[in-house]
Amino acid sequence: MAHDASYSAHDFKSVGTRPVRPDGIDKVTGRARYGADFNMPGQLVGRILRSPHAHARIRKIDTSKAEKLKGVKAVLTAADLPDLTDGDVAFHDILDNCMARGRALYDGHAVAAVAAIDARTAREALKLIAVDYEVLPHVTEIDEAIKSSAHVVREHVSTGSVDPELNMPPNTTKRSEFGHGDIEAGFRKAEVVVEGSYRTEQAHQGYIEPHACVASVNSDGTGELWVCTQGHFAFRHFCARLLGMDVSKLRVTSSEIGGGFGGKTHVWIEPVALALSRKAGRPVKLVMSREEVFRASGPTSATSIDVKIGATKDGRITAASATLRFSCGPYAGSWAELGAMTAFACYDLENVRTVGFDVLVNRPKTAAYRAPSAPMAAFAVESAIDDLARKIGIDALELRIRNAAKEGTKSSYGPVYGPIGIGPTLEAAKNHPHMKAPLGKNQGRGVACGFWFNFGGQTCTDLNIGADGTVTLAVGTVDVGGSRASLSLVAVEELGIPYGQVKTVVADTGTLGYNDTTEGSRGTFSSSMAAIFAVRNAIQVLRERAAKMWDIPVDDVVWEDGHAKARGKGHGNLPRLSLKQIAEAAVNTGGPIAGHSEIVADGAGVSFTTHICDIEIDPETGGTKVLRYTVIQDAGKAVHPTYVEGQYQGAAAQGIGWALNEEYVYGKDGRLQNPGFLDYRIPVCSDLPMIDTEILEIPNPNHPYGIRGVGETSIVPPLAAVANAVSNAVGVRMTHIPMSPPRILAALAAERVG
Amino acid sequence: MVEVKLWGSLGASAGGTDKVDIEAKTIGELLRKLAERYPGVQPHVTQGIAVSINGVVYRDDWSKELPEDTEIFLLPRLAGG
Repeated sequence: MAHDASYSAHDFKSVGTRPVRPDGIDKVTGRARYGADFNMPGQLVGRILRSPHAHARIRKIDTSKAEKLKGVKAVLTAADLPDLTDGDVAFHDILDNCMARGRALYDGHAVAAVAAIDARTAREALKLIAVDYEVLPHVTEIDEAIKSSAHVVREHVSTGSVDPELNMPPNTTKRSEFGHGDIEAGFRKAEVVVEGSYRTEQAHQGYIEPHACVASVNSDGTGELWVCTQGHFAFRHFCARLLGMDVSKLRVTSSEIGGGFGGKTHVWIEPVALALSRKAGRPVKLVMSREEVFRASGPTSATSIDVKIGATKDGRITAASATLRFSCGPYAGSWAELGAMTAFACYDLENVRTVGFDVLVNRPKTAAYRAPSAPMAAFAVESAIDDLARKIGIDALELRIRNAAKEGTKSSYGPVYGPIGIGPTLEAAKNHPHMKAPLGKNQGRGVACGFWFNFGGQTCTDLNIGADGTVTLAVGTVDVGGSRASLSLVAVEELGIPYGQVKTVVADTGTLGYNDTTEGSRGTFSSSMAAIFAVRNAIQVLRERAAKMWDIPVDDVVWEDGHAKARGKGHGNLPRLSLKQIAEAAVNTGGPIAGHSEIVADGAGVSFTTHICDIEIDPETGGTKVLRYTVIQDAGKAVHPTYVEGQYQGAAAQGIGWALNEEYVYGKDGRLQNPGFLDYRIPVCSDLPMIDTEILEIPNPNHPYGIRGVGETSIVPPLAAVANAVSNAVGVRMTHIPMSPPRILAALAAERVG
Repeated sequence: MVEVKLWGSLGASAGGTDKVDIEAKTIGELLRKLAERYPGVQPHVTQGIAVSINGVVYRDDWSKELPEDTEIFLLPRLAGG
C-alpha cells in the first residue's frame, strides 16, 4: 500500500516522551554483546601483519615458516584474494586497502594475516612471516603533497577530473566546484574584505569499541559474519563481492556498537576474516588492537583551506570564496567536494564560489567522520566571518543573522532552500542567557554555525504482532544512538498502545530486506518513516480481522487508541476490540498479523545549528578549559528528546576534542607517533562542562511527523566556535586545529614579537 | 521539457554550461538523456548523482517524476557519517 510521506500536524501522545531505552539494562549490566563478545564453536584467532613503512614495494612475502608453526591453520596474503572487482576502481581500492597488493601505501597497511588456535600462536606466526620491502619515498603532509616537487603517491590514480590547465601535481585527484553569481563583481562591491588560511590536522573518530568480527565460511559457499558495523547490509555487499560469494548466502548480523561515527561504514578486517575462515575451514575471530585502529582505520582528512569574504560596511556579504584541500589517504575520495558544498551553506549569498581538491598522501584511507568534511570547512569560514565582523565593527552574531540563509535562498551548493532553521537557531542564540553571561580575565566567547545535508535511502521494516498482542518491530538500520527507543515510540504512537508493548530489534541480513547503512543522520528519519507505513499496513489488517470477528464491512471499522471500533448504523452496541483480542483470535481469522514496508526515504530535510562556547586560557601553559557550551539545533521533531540531546552533546564533545587536542602526529619516517589514547587525547568527562542544549522543532515537510536527522550537524560548529572563543580570549586569530597548548603558546609568542 | 541546473564540475563535463533543457519525465530518463547528449557526464552518473527537486534531494529513486515549473538541480550523490 502506498503511503503519503508529507508532514501533517499531530497531537502526539508518545512521540516526544522520554521512556527508558530497551537496550539500556543489557548495556549497564554488561550483557550486551559487542563485536568481540560473540564466539563460534572451534573458532580460530586471526591477526594481521602490517607495514612498518609509509611507502614500500613488497618484493616478496615468505610465509613458509609461519605455515609450519604448530597451531597455525591459515596464512593469507593478497595472493589469496584474487581481484574480482572487474575494473571497478572504487572496489579495487577497498580490496587493496584490506590487503596490500604489491605496495604498502601507509604505515599500518595490512600485508598478511594468520589464523591460529590461540592468540599467542597467531602473534608468533606473524613474526615468522618474512616481508622483503623496497622502501620508497613518502609524503604524509597535505601541503607538501601538492608541491610540484612532491613524490607521487600512486602514479596510476586518475587525475581526469582535475582541470589540466591548473597544472596541479598528480597527487591532486579530484577537483570540485560550486557556486553562483559573479564572484569578481561581488568583491568589487565589497567595502571590507578579509582573507585567511587555515589548517586542520587529521583526527580519528575515536570510537571506544575497536573493529571486531567473527567470520565463518562453509565449504558449500555459505557464510556468516557477526560484526560491529554501522551497516550490515552494505558489509554483506562489500564482502560478498570482494570474495566472490553469493550475496544471499552470506548472512551478516550486526552486534551492539560502541561508537562508529562514520568509521564503521567501511570494511577493514571483515573480508580478511572471511577469507581466513574460508582457507582454514573454521570460524575466525578478528579484533583490532587500539594501535591498529589508529594506524589502519578511520581518520578524517587533514585540510588546508583559504577563505576570502567581502562585505559592505553595513554588514551585507557581497562575495565569498574558498579553496579547500582535503587529504584522502592513498585512495581517491570526494572529501573536499563535501567541504566545498557545505562551506557557505549557512548564508544567503549573491556571489559565492568554492573549489575543492582531494589530495593523496601516505596515510590511512580517509573515512567518513560525522558530517564528513563540514567541520573543517566551517572552521575556516566561521573564523573568517568573525574576522569580518571585527573589521566592520559589528557583533559577530548580528553579522550572521543579517546574512543567514532562509526559505527561498539559493544555497551555496545549488538548490533553493525550503523551510530551514538557521535563522531561528541564530535568534535563539542571541536571546540565550549564555550570550549575556559575564566573562572574566583570560576568558573568551565564540559563536559558530553549522550545516549538514542529512540523507534517507533504502529502508525496510517488518512489524509482527504476537499472539498475546505484543509487537516486534524489526528494522535494518543499526542502532547507534538510541533509535530502538525512538522507533518503538513511533510504532506505539501509530498503534495507540503503551511503549512497553513494542520491542524494536535490529534484524540480520537474512531476515529482512536491504537497508542502507546508518549514516548521513538517516537512522531515525528513514526507519521511522518505514515503521509508520508498516504500522499503517498492519492496522489495515487489524481492521479486516476485526470486521471478520464482527461480521461487518471493513469500511465500518476504524482504529483508535489501540482498539478497533465499529462505526456506522447498527454497530453502536459492539464493544471495541483491543489489539490483544484481535491477535488472540488471529489463528481463526486468517493467521499471523503483520505489516511490512519497503521504501526509498528521500526528502531528508537539511539541518542547521548554532553553538556558543566560553573558554579560559592559561597564558603560562597554553592550556584551555571549556567553561560553558551551548548547542541550539533544529530537530524537525524530537522523537525521544533525551537521545536528541545526547546526539547534540556527543557531537559537541567530539568537536571540542578535535578543536583542542586531537591530531595524528607523523614522524619524518612516515610512521604514526601517537597510536593510542594516552598520546592521542580525546576529552573525558572531567575535561568538559555539562553541555547545554536547546531543541528547535521546525517540521520537515517530507516526513509524516516532520522528523529531520540530528546525529551529525552538531559536530560542524565546534572547531570554529572553540577557535573563535580562544581567539577572543588571547587576542590572536587561531588558524590551526587543534589548538593544543604548544600552538596557543606559539601564537601568543608570535603576537608578542609582532 | 524541464530545465536542469548543473553543479560546477558537472557543468564542466557538459561543455561548460550550467543549465540544459531536456525532454524527460523521470529522474532516470533525465540522467540517461543527459549522458547521451554529453558523454563526459557518464562518469558522474556512474559515481552517483542526486537530483534536487524544489530543494528536496532525491538520491536513489530514479522513477521519481519531474514536475514542470520546478527547480531541478543536479548534485553529487553524497555520503554521510
